[in-house]
Amino acid sequence: MIKNLFFVLMASFLVYISYNFYELNGHHRGQALHSYYANNAIQDLGSQNIVSSIVVSYRGLDTLGEVTILFLSALLVAFMIGLKKEKVKNILTLKESSEILETATSFLTPFITMLALYIVVNGHLSPGGGFQGGAIFATGLIFLMITNINYKIRTIIFKYIESLSGIFYVILGLFGMSLAIGFLNPKILPMGTLGQIMSAGLIPVIYSLVGLKVGTELSLIFYNFKNENK
Amino acid sequence: MYEISFYIAIALVGIGLWGIISQKNIIKIIISFTLFDTGIHILLMYYGYVKNGKAPIGQVANMVDPVPQAMVLTSIVIGLGVTSVMLFMAYKLYQKTKNLNIDKVEKLKW
Repeated sequence: MIKNLFFVLMASFLVYISYNFYELNGHHRGQALHSYYANNAIQDLGSQNIVSSIVVSYRGLDTLGEVTILFLSALLVAFMIGLKKEKVKNILTLKESSEILETATSFLTPFITMLALYIVVNGHLSPGGGFQGGAIFATGLIFLMITNINYKIRTIIFKYIESLSGIFYVILGLFGMSLAIGFLNPKILPMGTLGQIMSAGLIPVIYSLVGLKVGTELSLIFYNFKNENK
Repeated sequence: MYEISFYIAIALVGIGLWGIISQKNIIKIIISFTLFDTGIHILLMYYGYVKNGKAPIGQVANMVDPVPQAMVLTSIVIGLGVTSVMLFMAYKLYQKTKNLNIDKVEKLKW
């Protein structure tokens, strides 16, 4: 009864939202924030992709918090694995995958990793960036883990890469502070010319660190899920 | 034509809320959470869209708003982290109680 009542309330709330907020689209046009980003973002930071200049520089603290949340969830999963284990027999016995599948994955994974590298490095020039490239990198590794049932990675190296890239991210931010131009300001490196790989100051460096961190974290989460009963 | 994304977003949010309220299986509840997430992402992207707008790469006229895109990028990653933690909790729950039905879980601690 209460559930049905709640459902009716919720449906009417959704109808209310869709009736009133439908017209909101496009209202930001010509307002201060939108026009500032549209006119000045490229001259400010020298990054062609305005979304990545927002993510890394204008809203850099938010991105630091986001990376922290992802780190926290990976840590939580890894921690709960280490809790006291009961002797659970593997109900699910995995079958070896076929020769064709294993060969195909080991053939494809280098290319997937190369695409991830491309997307991370070109994050300030074209759509993409650290998060997307890291997710693609993790996809390649997860692909390997699914098909080869006995696939092992050295988790300690992954943990070191993850922690070190996080630490360097903060250190680079503090470096800008010590030069008195602000935390996470990308202008501590030379700006370069617009459209080159080596341009936009610190943005590609930070995005590469974020890509390393996200890729290793996502693959570690999946690895922990997979090897939970071992 | 792009207005359809608004209705898709509202429908996804509705389906997600309905699933969170009415489902018993904890895996289905987690799936509903991700549907809810996706609906909100589409809604944010819809609000940032400008009619016949271009992607915010380089100096273009009539650009869509880049702020919701950055926000959705943040939100997707956080949603992924939260989903992984939820799935792991569901896994632990199944290990201890041998079912996924939340009505049969009576203890607060397990």
